[in-house]
Amino acid sequence: MDLPGWSEILFTIGLTVAIAFPLGFYLARVWKGESTWLDPVLRPVEGVLYKAFGVEREKSQNWFAYTISMLAFSIASFVVLYLILRFQDLLPLNPQGFKGLTPDLSFNTAISFVTNTNWQSYTPEQTVSTFSQMAGLTSHNFLSAAAGIAMAAAVARAFAANRGEGLGNFWVDLTRISLYVLLPVAIVVALVFVALGEPQTLSASAAAVGLEGGKQTIALYPTASQEAIKQFGTNGGGIFNANSAHPFENPNAITNLIEIVLMNTLSLACVVAFGRLVVARKEARALLVTMVILVTAGAAAIYWTETQPAPAMHAVHASTAVNMEGKEVRFGAPSTAVWAATTTGASDGGVNGMHDSFMPLGGAVTMFLIQLGEILPGGVGSGLYGMVVMALIAVFVAGLMVGRTPEYLGKKIEAREVKFAMLAVLILPLSILGFAAVAAVLPVALKSLANSGPHGLSEILYAYSSATGNNGSAFAGLSANTPFWNSTLGIAMLLGRFAYVVPVLAMAGSIAAKPKLEPSTGTLPTHGPLFISLLIGVILIMGGLQFFPAQALGPIVEHFQVLAAVAGH
Amino acid sequence: MTDATVHLGVKRRSAVSSTTLSSSVMARAIRDSFVKLDPRKLARNPVILTTEVIAVLATASTVNAFVTGASPWWALQIAVWLWFTVLFANFAESIAEGRGKAAADALRAQRVDVQAKLIIDPERGTIIPTPAYKLTAGSIVLVEAGDMVPSDGDIIEGVASVNEAAITGESAPVIRESGGDRSAVTGGTTVVSDWIKVRITAEPGNTFLDRMIAMVEGAERRKTPNELALTVLLAGLTLIFLIAVGTLLGLGQYSGVKLDPLVLGALFICLIPTTIGGLLSAIGIAGMDRLLKVNVLATSGRAVEAAGDVDTLLLDKTGTITYGNRMATEVVAAPGVPQERAMMAAVMASLADETAEGRSILELAREKFGLTAELPAKFTSIPFSATTRVSGLDTDVGQWRKGAVEAIYRLVGLNPSEVPAEVHATVDRIARSGGTPLACAQDGVLVAVIHLKDVVKPGVKERFADLRRMGMRTVMITGDNPITAATIASEAGVDDFLAEATPEDKLRLIREEQQKGRLVAMCGDGSNDAPALAQADVGVAMQTGTQAAREAGNMVDLDSDPTKVLEIVEVGKQMLITRGALTTFSIANDVAKYFAIIPAIFVVSLPALGALNIMRLGNPHSAILSAVIFNALIIIALVPLALRGVKYRAIGASKLLQRNLLIYGLGGVIAPFIGIKIVDLIVTAVGLA
Repeated sequence: MDLPGWSEILFTIGLTVAIAFPLGFYLARVWKGESTWLDPVLRPVEGVLYKAFGVEREKSQNWFAYTISMLAFSIASFVVLYLILRFQDLLPLNPQGFKGLTPDLSFNTAISFVTNTNWQSYTPEQTVSTFSQMAGLTSHNFLSAAAGIAMAAAVARAFAANRGEGLGNFWVDLTRISLYVLLPVAIVVALVFVALGEPQTLSASAAAVGLEGGKQTIALYPTASQEAIKQFGTNGGGIFNANSAHPFENPNAITNLIEIVLMNTLSLACVVAFGRLVVARKEARALLVTMVILVTAGAAAIYWTETQPAPAMHAVHASTAVNMEGKEVRFGAPSTAVWAATTTGASDGGVNGMHDSFMPLGGAVTMFLIQLGEILPGGVGSGLYGMVVMALIAVFVAGLMVGRTPEYLGKKIEAREVKFAMLAVLILPLSILGFAAVAAVLPVALKSLANSGPHGLSEILYAYSSATGNNGSAFAGLSANTPFWNSTLGIAMLLGRFAYVVPVLAMAGSIAAKPKLEPSTGTLPTHGPLFISLLIGVILIMGGLQFFPAQALGPIVEHFQVLAAVAGH
Repeated sequence: MTDATVHLGVKRRSAVSSTTLSSSVMARAIRDSFVKLDPRKLARNPVILTTEVIAVLATASTVNAFVTGASPWWALQIAVWLWFTVLFANFAESIAEGRGKAAADALRAQRVDVQAKLIIDPERGTIIPTPAYKLTAGSIVLVEAGDMVPSDGDIIEGVASVNEAAITGESAPVIRESGGDRSAVTGGTTVVSDWIKVRITAEPGNTFLDRMIAMVEGAERRKTPNELALTVLLAGLTLIFLIAVGTLLGLGQYSGVKLDPLVLGALFICLIPTTIGGLLSAIGIAGMDRLLKVNVLATSGRAVEAAGDVDTLLLDKTGTITYGNRMATEVVAAPGVPQERAMMAAVMASLADETAEGRSILELAREKFGLTAELPAKFTSIPFSATTRVSGLDTDVGQWRKGAVEAIYRLVGLNPSEVPAEVHATVDRIARSGGTPLACAQDGVLVAVIHLKDVVKPGVKERFADLRRMGMRTVMITGDNPITAATIASEAGVDDFLAEATPEDKLRLIREEQQKGRLVAMCGDGSNDAPALAQADVGVAMQTGTQAAREAGNMVDLDSDPTKVLEIVEVGKQMLITRGALTTFSIANDVAKYFAIIPAIFVVSLPALGALNIMRLGNPHSAILSAVIFNALIIIALVPLALRGVKYRAIGASKLLQRNLLIYGLGGVIAPFIGIKIVDLIVTAVGLA
């Protein structure tokens, strides 16, 4: 650990936050349907789209209609994507001549991209055609992200409403967020990436001759365009198996910085926009600060563990250098630490290092950041509503201690809201621990593990955490492309997205219908350091209580075993 | 009477300390703790019901150990302590209910079978003796001196003095008469003199006394909205921990850890929020009980809870903010008249005046000038009449008059134009300041102007400042004109006022406040207050008020003291704080329990995890047993706090939260580390495990 390393971590996170504010102001205008400077170009397009699909722009939907629209859209997306992947051999733009994906892999991949997870059980450059990549996967990088942000907008409107009903119009939100936010940024960033050396081509591969004279076929894709939205929409699904550790996806330090900033800034911007829409800027800032503190702490923890020399190596005086296994030498430990913390905190899932190769506690931190519910700052949109749920729980438990029934942002929190919040929160341990406990005893599942012992358990835990948290990163070491893993991880992704968000939207409906109360001096203040500490405490204790026993059997025991083994020498 | 009745009965002196529990209440609570083991009774408390289920399984496991010949000693201890956990939770609830039950028994003893004098033919006044329990709403009864009022009703004819000690504990009789705001009588009270005809308003079994019994007994206790929400949260946490612990079966098997189901059960019980789960209903009952101790009867826990949330408090000026009687505050001499003489004239004019206003003039003279006077042997008192608007005293040595300024002018033959400018200025000043000017004449000459004023009760301003710090706005309601109202309002330090208020105005004000998202409390007694009492979120009716008002409000103040609202709000807040504090404490406790149990259950198979045993507990068995014992004992340890309630301090929400988070949040994390360690030291020293 050194000053440049810390500076790099702080600079990266600081830059992310700095960009999030103007982006959030802009996003709020898009949510509200106000004019933006892109109107001259995009208004007509928007109008044509509404006309074509029969969307009544002014019609606000109640929570149920909004949810149904979102579910209908997701189901339709899933079916189309499934068919594209399953039958890509019959479709155009398949220069590599790949076969269609197996049913279980198509199922898993289609869910993965519709839920903004981008878990990849396969090696993309050996499996997916250019058409599947562009029309199937990349398009859902936009749409699943837009859907997430749309739901965040709906939750924001619920808090802004006073005895209201409408949460906005899902179709309008989906359209406006894609058109005004995701597309323009993705286009600009893609061009920047091209300029910085990422390939953008439809040709399948380049032939090259290596130094030893061996012929190589180097896979190519329209990489830059995918890379931009992969990060900006917290998707994380790489074109190449090595993801952002691959030199085409992440050629240099500048692209590395841009990619880190990009994968957090929109999630944070959602929080800023939330503050604007609800007219609760200070309260939104408290949520944002909470996210930033926790993700920075995560990055610091990983930086610390990953700059320790491996104890075993240290003990035999083999090496006193940092543990570089699994890290891209171009970026080094600090870049890897900040990337690992932000990609797991942000539900992105793109990686520039292999978490499987981290020290046990470093791996534990990445896993824990996901298990906290992908709220630091979480996926685009989903991070915001996840954080709002945590804030509700924090306010409910501790808020009573000021002698009033709890309220958050002027809305009373009563049995109905608590019920839905708990239903949502329950999904995480149910899916993560439930599936992990089953997989841990099934021989068919264990066959896929590269490691036995605690590290193998960590691989299992990480996989279901990643899927349920809609993160999509892999701990590696797990060959997940089997019917068992594809189907269970697929279900975990479904639960993590929809079983979580449907109660949240129902809660939003109930919140919207409530009167908006005026704060008084007796109201629990939900901004400021005290509330931030409370929120951090609740997040850590809730997360810790759920996952401590499981983590104890995985990375924690591995850590102590490593120490004990060294001591025994 | 048992001492519990004393709580209910006697005004103010009622609060026999909550910690002195008679042995009979204690014995009943212990018995009830076992009765409540019935799972049907526990169904409303999911956390404790879950604990009972695990206790049953632990018992089965112990029996199994006996049968198979394995050592049952440790399993037996776990099972016993799990049962204690359930019993302690039941005991907390029983002890809270206990005092109410004792009070209810005393009330029931008072409800003797009364023969009512039912009037079946109002024209002829035919009377048939009928048992009280057969009276239905609408029947008319005659109640004469010495009779007990058979049921609740309104007086339709007559006036009588009534002893209401059975309800209020106040033994001085009160006057009840037909018409107006003092027409309600309550079943169980006794007519001391005269007679009244009463139209019964309550159906049998639903009289005020019946409801009072039901309330103090807790029979009608329903979960309040916040309790319901908290129960949902606790049930959710229970499910989460069921998942976290249940999945250890699979994860443990993978890791080669052999897990005893009994150990998992113990871990599960330690993690679920048994502390708050066990104390939740006790907190609610104790809150009602605290209200009862200040002689306020709430018809639902919901109202008590709402009291903690009140944003706006509507207070009637008269009786709450001011004494209700105008009082003399200065005597201004007319030009050319010495101050001493003017004062003396005012005193003489008031000597025979028995009204509060008259008394206040004498009081002022004594306090400010040391003047006193005795009535001479021979005098004629001139009483106030609405036509002359003047009162006074005639003696051998002179005549004194005081009264409305215009009336005195007329009396002394002054044209308004002839009135000295100084007198005019004084009268104007008094009127503008919201006071009432009186003129005083001696022997047909104007000598003084008396300033009568509505005097704000001492300490009221400070109380309103407290309320403001609690986050509450106070609005004064008065029939006065806006000028008078504004003066009093600024003197009393209320935030706002409503002058010349009609009942419709009150109702509209409440609706407006509620529309803005505020919760409103008000107190009232008149029939015309009924709609406003019903509309308010917390409506406190005065026991002396009308039947309509008492029906409309959701609380009745047996002392009929409108300032009681402040205490009600505090009790509401205290109840919510206690709930929040114990919930936070309960959840924070889990951190330490993990560090006790997790290493204990894994260390045999995975010795490396011994590093997590940061408390250095004796051995795996003692660690688990200690956590279970601590988990049970903490419930009993916190019963006094649950009953007493966490103190509310009007220091602003932020400071209050900070304070309570430190005590119950941080304290909740640290305390069990110490507690479990101590228990473990004892357990290992005694050789229990």
